[in-house]
Formats: sequence, structure tokens, C-alpha cells
Amino acid sequence: MSVFLDKNTRLLVQGITGKEGQFHTRQCVAYGTNVVAGMTPGKGGQKMDGIPVYNSVREAAEATKPNASMILVPPPFAADAIIEAIDSDIALIVCITEGIPVMDMMRVKNYLAQKPQCRLVGPNCPGLMTPGECKIGIMPNSMGKAGGPVGVISRSGTLTYEVMHQLTEVGLGQTTCIGIGGDPINGTNFIDCLTAFNDDPETKAVVMVGEIGGNAEEDACAFIKANMDIPVVGFIAGLTAPPGRRMGHAGAIVSGGKGTAEAKIEAMKAAGVHHCDNLGKIGELAKKVF
Amino acid sequence: MKIHEYQAKELFRKYKVPTLANGVATTVDGIIAEAAKLKLPVAVKAQIHAGGRGKGGGVKLAKTAEEVKKYANEILGMTLVTKQTGPEGRLVKTVLVEEGCNIAKELYLSFIPDRATSTVTIIASEAGGMDIEDVAANTPEKIIKVQINPTTGIKGFHLNQVAFGLNMPKEVLKEFAGVLRGLYQLFIDYDCSMVEINPLVITGDNHIIALDAKLDVDSNSLFRHPDIVAFHDPNEDDPLEAAAAKFNLNYINLDGNVGNMVNGAGLAMATMDIIKQVGAEPANFLDVGGGADAEMVENGFKIILSDKKVKGILINIFGGILRCDVLAQGVVQAAKAVNLNIPVVVRMEGTNVEEGRRILKESGLTLITAKNLADAAEKVAEIVK
Repeated sequence: MSVFLDKNTRLLVQGITGKEGQFHTRQCVAYGTNVVAGMTPGKGGQKMDGIPVYNSVREAAEATKPNASMILVPPPFAADAIIEAIDSDIALIVCITEGIPVMDMMRVKNYLAQKPQCRLVGPNCPGLMTPGECKIGIMPNSMGKAGGPVGVISRSGTLTYEVMHQLTEVGLGQTTCIGIGGDPINGTNFIDCLTAFNDDPETKAVVMVGEIGGNAEEDACAFIKANMDIPVVGFIAGLTAPPGRRMGHAGAIVSGGKGTAEAKIEAMKAAGVHHCDNLGKIGELAKKVF
Repeated sequence: MKIHEYQAKELFRKYKVPTLANGVATTVDGIIAEAAKLKLPVAVKAQIHAGGRGKGGGVKLAKTAEEVKKYANEILGMTLVTKQTGPEGRLVKTVLVEEGCNIAKELYLSFIPDRATSTVTIIASEAGGMDIEDVAANTPEKIIKVQINPTTGIKGFHLNQVAFGLNMPKEVLKEFAGVLRGLYQLFIDYDCSMVEINPLVITGDNHIIALDAKLDVDSNSLFRHPDIVAFHDPNEDDPLEAAAAKFNLNYINLDGNVGNMVNGAGLAMATMDIIKQVGAEPANFLDVGGGADAEMVENGFKIILSDKKVKGILINIFGGILRCDVLAQGVVQAAKAVNLNIPVVVRMEGTNVEEGRRILKESGLTLITAKNLADAAEKVAEIVK
């Protein structure tokens, strides 16, 4: 079992004809993902490696019945692309694009609230992978070990890979790995993923990787304490980050004394999360906990 | 992207948010000439992107033309140190002179995006002119928060909540409502990540004035705000950070002596943390991007090496789509190109890692290979000790 995506996922790629779109579509296909359609306005009727391209999400949806979409379009157009996917009731929308203005995401998020049938992952994320079954996004194909029992949730791309690698090294497979993205406003949050993993019979433990900025980790810890039946291993990046500076990710900033790594680590400890203070040892700790 | 007070006030005027008559200059003569157009007394205000200017001596009230000249000489060219500039301070190159007004009451007002609720949040307080973080910590009941969903925009009831919450006198309600509407529209139109007025004042004759102005625009939105881009002041940039930005590198200069280069922001932060954990201090944050290539690595080296504090370098690359062997070649090529003369510890993991390590080993360079992250941090800490 897995969460959000599996071998039945039918993927549409928005922005399939761009350089990034082509490259990552091919990578997804090579991984085994069933890419049923692509869309780029003005390129309808063309094919990309045999995948039919449509002018709009609506056309692609009617013709090929996708249940997921991957968005690889430049930041000025990405929020529109998400709204277009929501309008066609695509169940899982994964936006990889980094650099979308916050105001655009604010509008997307308020619109998304009217459509409970749609889930947005990202933006500014590496996507999701159910090892051995399906990948949506830009995670390297060599990553991951199929069969569970660990679920992975992370705000950072390369930290997701780091965790997947270490889990694989210690012999722990993953049910699903989810990069929720490094932007201040994103679709799916820690709690959504924790809920899904808690309900998934094959996920027996979760590794959660957070970072400075906002209070999504604190909210997640309150949820964990009240609801989680399976153990959670946690890591927080950014103990040495200077306040008031954006650490690469738009959402990774300590401002007005809020969003510090210390507060998040405290919250983890108070919620019974197995906090790992050394990134190099997160695999070992997960093994021990499991 | 932060802009100066005088620039923010230009935007305020565009949205009919009242400010006082003022002028800007970059020379003492210019300041005197601008002040001559105004009614005395005038405030002489240093224009830097940092708060706490008054306490640092960057804001003076001049009652006479002689005082204008005196303060212009003092402030222009001074290195202004405030709690937000760090100990090195900031050189003052631009000065704002502004008329005074008769202040009856000082308020605090700001607009920020709230990430948890996806709303524009107004924060207001009757405790104006003070550090709002102190007010929030000591007297949280004095802070009003009103959240506005951008799909509906600002409505009458939002205005009422703020105005009544601040005990606004009846006489100024209409003008205050106009100020709130104007600031909300400015916030939306310019993709602001913060608009702050501290203090917003009510004058003795019941008018509202924005005495100060702080404005920060979401950097991701600059593609649609050429007028904000034109406000950019290179004087405010850290030279190394500006150089890194030209290479599309995400770089932040810090105080330590361990330079580091990492792919991915999260991994870069975690690498800084691990350097600290083994008793050393990171000299920087540098994310060369999840899909870094040889050229990015070379540019990264150039930036790190131009920081004279750096005594050792840690490279931590997780090779994914870009394979470790390709990255290793990039590191070797870059190290040769920049004439590397500082010890470098390399931790590399991911696709084709064995081949990558072999390339590093046979390069003839004195690169120190680490077997894992903990090992890498210890090795580099040993070097800089």
C-alpha cells in the first residue's frame, strides 16, 4: 500500500513540451509512471515521445481521464496552471515550480478550499514517489526502496533524497515519499501526510523532515501527540540560520522570533517524536525506533 | 526585496496614504536645498534598509537651517549601527528631510501575508512608536489582528474592527478607512511581503499621517514590478551576495570560517548545522541548486574563495539526476580553474558515487574525501581548528 499515488495513477504533465517538462516526463516514464497526456497551450495535436499533447487541461482530461497532474511551467504562469487543474477536478496536482509569488498562492489556496476532491502537493517541491510503482516529480529514479514500511515527508528536496538514501542503506524501504515543498504557502501539509500514513496499513513509521519558518511543524506535532498510532522520527534543519534571512527556500525564514528550529525541536520532543539531532544518523535512528 | 522609506512613501502617495512634505538628497548641499523648501523644524533621516535608525543616531530633528547643515554632515557618510544592521553597520548615502507635525497619538499598523490562513493580516496597536515585538511579548492584549481573505478583499467590517480596536476618535474614522483601503490595495498591487508604519500618527487637528514607512516586496513577484526593481539600491547589498546572485547562486555570508557548498537549500541548512555541531562555524550558506552542474560548482568556489575568512571548505553534494561522476569532474575542473589553495573536504553520495570518488582521488588535487556527513564535518573542523 501507499498514499496518494500508485500503479493506477494516470498522469498528465502541464508544460510537457518545455525543456524541464520533456526531461522529467521521460524520467517519470522510465520509472514506470503511466503518463497519459501532456498539455501546452498552442501545442495541441503534437506528440511528445508518443504521449498526446493537448491545448488545455479540460481537453486532456476528457480524452485521457488523468487522475494526477504534474506542473512544470515557469513561475509567472504556474498559479494559473494549478487553477486550471483544479477546474478540471484533477485529484492529485503536483506543482514542482519554484518562485511563484505568495499572493498568487494565496488565491490558489483559497480557491482550492472550495474543491475538497483536489489535493495540491507543492509548489517548490520535488514531488512524490511510491518506490517501485510510481513517481511524480523530479526525484532521482535511483532513489528509494520498494515495499515500505516507512513513510517520508519533507519540506526540502535534497533532504528527502538524503533520508531515502539512509533508510535504504539500513534496509528500510518506503511506502511513499512526499516532498511538500519549501514555500510559505503550500497545498498539502505535514498533517495531511501524517493522516494518510496513519491510515495506511503498510506504513509502520514516519520520518518527518522540517525546517525553520512558519509553524507547520508545531501544528504537526500537536496532531502527532493526539492522533498518531505509529512512531515518528523527526529532523529540523536550520539551527544555525541567522534570523531575518531567507535560507534558499522562500518559506525558510525566522522572523519576529517565530519559526525557530529550537521551538520546532521542543515541539517534537514534547509530542514524543524521536528527534534526530544529527542528519547523518537519521537512518540509524529510524532503524532503532522501528 | 526591501526598499527605502522615501521610496515606500512615494508609493504611499500614489495610494493616497498621507505623508508629510519631504525631499531626498545624497549630498550635504542637496539636503540643505531640500530642507529650504520645507517648513522648519525638519527631521533629518538616514535611508538604510534597517530598523532602529533613531536609536543608532540616524534620525535627528533640526530646528534651524544651521542644525540642518550640522545633522546633514553628521548623518551623511556615517556608518549607522542599529540592532538590525549587525556590528559592521551600514554606510549612509541617502538622506530624507521631512517636515514635522503636531502629534496627538502614535499608532502601529502593518500588513503581512499570513502563511497559515492564506490571508492578508492587518496588525495594529495603540502602542505606536515602540518595538512591536516587545509589545506582543509584554502586552499582547494591545495588539489587534484582522485577517482579510484576498478573494473578497477589504470590507467595511474589517475597517471597523481595526478602527474600533484602536479606539479611533470619530473625527478621523473616514480618513483612517481611506488609509486602510489604500494600504491594502498597495499591498495587493505590489505583492508586498510587509508594509509597516510605526508610528502612524493622529495629528492635533485630527488627520492621519504615515510618519515612517517600511515596505518589503516578495522577490518572486519582481518579474511584474519593474518600478520596484528600479528602486534597488546596490549600496544595501553584501558584495559577495550580490556577486553570487549574478551566478544564480543562493548565498548568504556568515561569520564563521568553514566555507561550504551544498546542493539544495534544506541540505545546505543541515550542513551548516552539522558544522556547528562539531564545534566549527559556517562561513556561509550556499545552495548551488538541486540540479547543480560543473559551472555552478566553479562559480560557488569563486564566491567562497573571495571570502577571506574561509580556512577550509566542505562540499556536500547529493548526486541525483546529476550523477556523482559528472559532479566530481565539475569539482576537479573548478578546483583547477580557480587555483584552489585551501583544504577541501568532499562528501558525495548518490548515483554513481564510486566512480565519483575515484575521479576525485585520481585528480592529483589534495581533496579530502569523507565517507559520510558526520565524518566530513569532523574532518573540516579538524582543519580549521
